Amino acid sequence: MAWLDMLVTASFWVAVLRIGTPLIFGTLGELICERAGVLNLGIEGIMVAGAFSGWLAVYLGAPLGAGILVAMAVGAALGLLHGILTVPLGLSQHVAGIGITLLATSLSYYFYRMVFPTVTEPPRIQPFQPLDLPGLFAQTPMTYLAFLLVALTAYVLYRTPLGLAVRMVGENPAAVEAQGIDVTRLRIGAVMVGSSLMALGGAFLTLSAFNAFYFNMINGRGWICIALVVFASWRPGKALLGAVLFAAFDAFQLRLQQLIGGAVPYQIFLMAPYVLSILALIVMSRRAGVPRALMIPYRKGER
Amino acid sequence: MRLEPRAAVPWTLSLAAPAGAVVVSLALCGFLVAWAGAPVLRAYAQMFQGAAGSLFALTETLARATPLIFTGLAAAIAFRARFWNIGAEGQLYLGAVAATVLGTGAIGGLSPWLMIPLLMIGGALAGALLLMGPTLLKLRLGVDEVVTTLLLNFIVILFVGLLLEGPLKDPMGLGWPQAEPIVAEGELPKLFGGMRLHLGFVIAVGLAVVLWFVDRRTTFGYAARAVGLNPQAAAYAGIGVRGVMFRVALISGGLAGLAGVSEVAGLKGNLTLDLSPGFGYSGIVVAMLAQLHPLGVVAAALFVAGIFVGADAMSRSAGVPTYIADVIVASSLLCMLVALLLTRYRLRR
Repeated sequence: MAWLDMLVTASFWVAVLRIGTPLIFGTLGELICERAGVLNLGIEGIMVAGAFSGWLAVYLGAPLGAGILVAMAVGAALGLLHGILTVPLGLSQHVAGIGITLLATSLSYYFYRMVFPTVTEPPRIQPFQPLDLPGLFAQTPMTYLAFLLVALTAYVLYRTPLGLAVRMVGENPAAVEAQGIDVTRLRIGAVMVGSSLMALGGAFLTLSAFNAFYFNMINGRGWICIALVVFASWRPGKALLGAVLFAAFDAFQLRLQQLIGGAVPYQIFLMAPYVLSILALIVMSRRAGVPRALMIPYRKGER
Repeated sequence: MRLEPRAAVPWTLSLAAPAGAVVVSLALCGFLVAWAGAPVLRAYAQMFQGAAGSLFALTETLARATPLIFTGLAAAIAFRARFWNIGAEGQLYLGAVAATVLGTGAIGGLSPWLMIPLLMIGGALAGALLLMGPTLLKLRLGVDEVVTTLLLNFIVILFVGLLLEGPLKDPMGLGWPQAEPIVAEGELPKLFGGMRLHLGFVIAVGLAVVLWFVDRRTTFGYAARAVGLNPQAAAYAGIGVRGVMFRVALISGGLAGLAGVSEVAGLKGNLTLDLSPGFGYSGIVVAMLAQLHPLGVVAAALFVAGIFVGADAMSRSAGVPTYIADVIVASSLLCMLVALLLTRYRLRR
């Protein structure tokens, strides 16, 4: 069976990790925001802005590492905006998030056209190279960073006072307030950290997976991450598992497409990730451990 | 500083909110225009000129506003009941598919009086049916409709691509992925000779009036608003929350489907993959600028359409990238959210 052989080759799993990396960053970022009680539908646009700003910084001469920092700073800035709109101002998290996505995407495109008014093909940069390691481990540094961040997030969330406070502010903000912790600052901080991780996910695409910024590059990856957070029941370990499983499926359909290409229209294959995300949502909806204060703004003294 | 709820919102404030939001947004985007090296005020003047400076410009703006009224109403009616339909883009495309299937020769010999309503009903049903899935998932299994409707947009657009390269492909299309043109009986008549403005605009405005009436003067409109304000209280008052939401979703999906019919049968003539440059998403901005009021949607759609049409003119003469329109619209949305807050609360030291 040709398609079974495919699953045991190292190159297949190398591809899985490459496809999974931006999803790991994005899912982790969204998870942190939602754990603190803030839905961040800005994710799609923040990933676009991260992909664009990181790439632009490197194109303008910054080293790759600085490109990553620029993307994270842009993500954090957009996170700050979303945080201010949704936490102290208590605006609808749905609409504010859509607004952030529209704003971040259109600003990225506007800046792109300002810097490159006439180009038809985006200029290329020298991206991160895979480490010279055998088999599965031949990944770029950003993939290693993604795995490291999963461990770090899990550690901070479950083993530190800060993590306890973040989890608590997503469940019962009044209790956090009673502990003398500022709900507003904590939530905004979590949204900023989460948003900078989302931007990293975008930057992975331009600095590691590809070598240039293209329009529609993110193509719904942000929305898929939101589905993955639900699939993961808001847990970092399961988020990693979900992202890798999802990427494995995506890599599998890509190979299958090459194998039986002509027989089935290619759009069917391209639909698969979105269909899979919806199925994952349906399967997990009953068992989901949704943070109880998710999407509920907190105002001091208001019940 | 803290926020204190207002007992009542004066109507002057409700009108001042969108105006203020737009002014702030234009001022902020002025920095971007200046960065492009254009004199800001003159560039905005050119924009206004391009959107409303002549009869032709005005009809172009109205034509561009037509799909935005449909998708804006779709978002407004759903958001009113706190049903987050972010899938108007997909519903628009599926409505256009239905119009294409029905209107490219499958049914012949009907008069326009029958053919146009047929296309409209088909498109509305297609849009409503598409939204049925996420609605049932939400009501039965508690699956969040935001993500499902968003993801369906991508699936539907791929599906349309599949159709355009397969069963719906125009054999005369020189290999382009486009469908056959809508038959003459199905075309929405143009309102003025030589202009692109078509009957769809009149239908859209008519629907806005009807929805306003439904919202204000019928028990269903009352129930939908009650569900949006407080579902528990609505249920306690004997309103069938699920049934109301189901019907709201049907209407919302149907309206978005109509946007697709109107674009295919009124403006473009045939279905292509660039039928909508994000009308579904801009509809959300329109609905919020209108404070979810059906008649306000018409005004807000005119504004958003004017920005897009005017930005094209400004781009040609002042060299500002056309993406400025998307930036202005997105920042108007965020400014409007803050303005809405200030109408409902007052700042106290």
